[in-house]
Amino acid sequence: MGVIHVTDRAGQRHTLEAIEGWRVMEIIRDWGLPIEGLCGGACECATCHVFVDEAWLDKLYPPTEEEEDQLDTVVTKPNSRLSCQILWTPELDGLEVTLAPTGN
Amino acid sequence: MTDHIETDVVIIGAGPVGLFAVFELGLLDIKCHLVDILPKVGGQCAELYPEKPIYDIPGFPMVTGQGLVDNLMAQIDPFHPTFHFNEMVESLESIGTPEAPRFRVKTSENGTTFECKAVVIAAGGGSFLPKKPPIDNIEAYEGTSVFYAVRKMEMFRDKKILIVGGGDSALDWTVNLQPIAKRLTLLHRRDAFRAAPHTVEKMRSLVASGDMDLHLGQVSSLKGENHVLSGAVIRKDDGSEFTVDCDVMLPFFGLTMKLGPIADWGLNLHENLIPVDTEKFETNVPGIFAIGDINTYPGKLKLILSGFHEGALAAQKIHRYVYPEKKLLFQYTTSSSSLQKKLGVAA
Repeated sequence: MGVIHVTDRAGQRHTLEAIEGWRVMEIIRDWGLPIEGLCGGACECATCHVFVDEAWLDKLYPPTEEEEDQLDTVVTKPNSRLSCQILWTPELDGLEVTLAPTGN
Repeated sequence: MTDHIETDVVIIGAGPVGLFAVFELGLLDIKCHLVDILPKVGGQCAELYPEKPIYDIPGFPMVTGQGLVDNLMAQIDPFHPTFHFNEMVESLESIGTPEAPRFRVKTSENGTTFECKAVVIAAGGGSFLPKKPPIDNIEAYEGTSVFYAVRKMEMFRDKKILIVGGGDSALDWTVNLQPIAKRLTLLHRRDAFRAAPHTVEKMRSLVASGDMDLHLGQVSSLKGENHVLSGAVIRKDDGSEFTVDCDVMLPFFGLTMKLGPIADWGLNLHENLIPVDTEKFETNVPGIFAIGDINTYPGKLKLILSGFHEGALAAQKIHRYVYPEKKLLFQYTTSSSSLQKKLGVAA
């Protein structure tokens, strides 16, 4: 068992219990934080866009070309990732992410 | 004023669940018109994941999103549904009684008006609309300097145009608007484009010949006043910023789904979903049904197969509104010659 830390769009930091094998998007959604995850984790909508704390970036598998294509459809920063493409493992205990803003 | 279209049922949304509802209603001799904001059938299956394999459709060990849609279209073909594409249902007005419901349904684009006895909302996550980038104050410029679609190219003649994005829309409009623009700038987050290779090549040659600009980065803020844009501040990956002068900005970030006008139809909503009962999948308004991803009830699973089941049960109740005098006989397609006749397969 382990946790992830998620900062919401109001700046509030939440510590969520994580489950091995779940996507980070699914963990965030399951705890009821506002993440849309419209396509259900198929890497087709970019509505689970998060900013990953710099210290953690290198510990993640790099984005696939498919994820890069989806990131093209949102306003990114260099630490942008889609949380549906991050599978949580115990090595990611303490992972720190921030929910990206969404347009209206 | 245009004449209205008279039909039994208007189905809002032509995704897999809306399409299968045509089948279940058709078996009960109920005629349907379908309205969808997309230019084609299939909803999310066709728009978001046409090539993705789906493994949990009963009877199909594997089918792609588009494959499922194609099969559904073949399945409902005997019932000749009428489709209205590129239209969004704007208003839904009750003009009947709870016992004998009747509705007036109006769409936005072409202003089609329907009158019907029941409405089935099968709108999934809502309407597919252009994704709006989260840029401060962008709303102030929408419709005057910021556009999410090009309706008339002439509007952009002699303008300083900033196009944002790296897909087909962004690249197509880059090469199409460049000849009439005063100056055109394309902004994308990275030096890789998802668009058709020949369009990307054309853009690159325009950049090489100095006829347009390409920048890598993101819009961080907008400059302008009185709803008129004068420039966009661009942030590069290294954190440095610069300004691109522009009169108009065209962000092409693809589509997303928004509930849209459904929120204004007097239906109970729970977190942007429509609560229904699990016997008839009817909303709080008699005669308005909600099936598929847009509804909610205890135990709801957002699966395509749930939507198929919901459509079948909704059809039973709709039959009572459309044919109040008729008793509904429950029949199987395997054995009923009358159902087989409707399907065009009677011996």
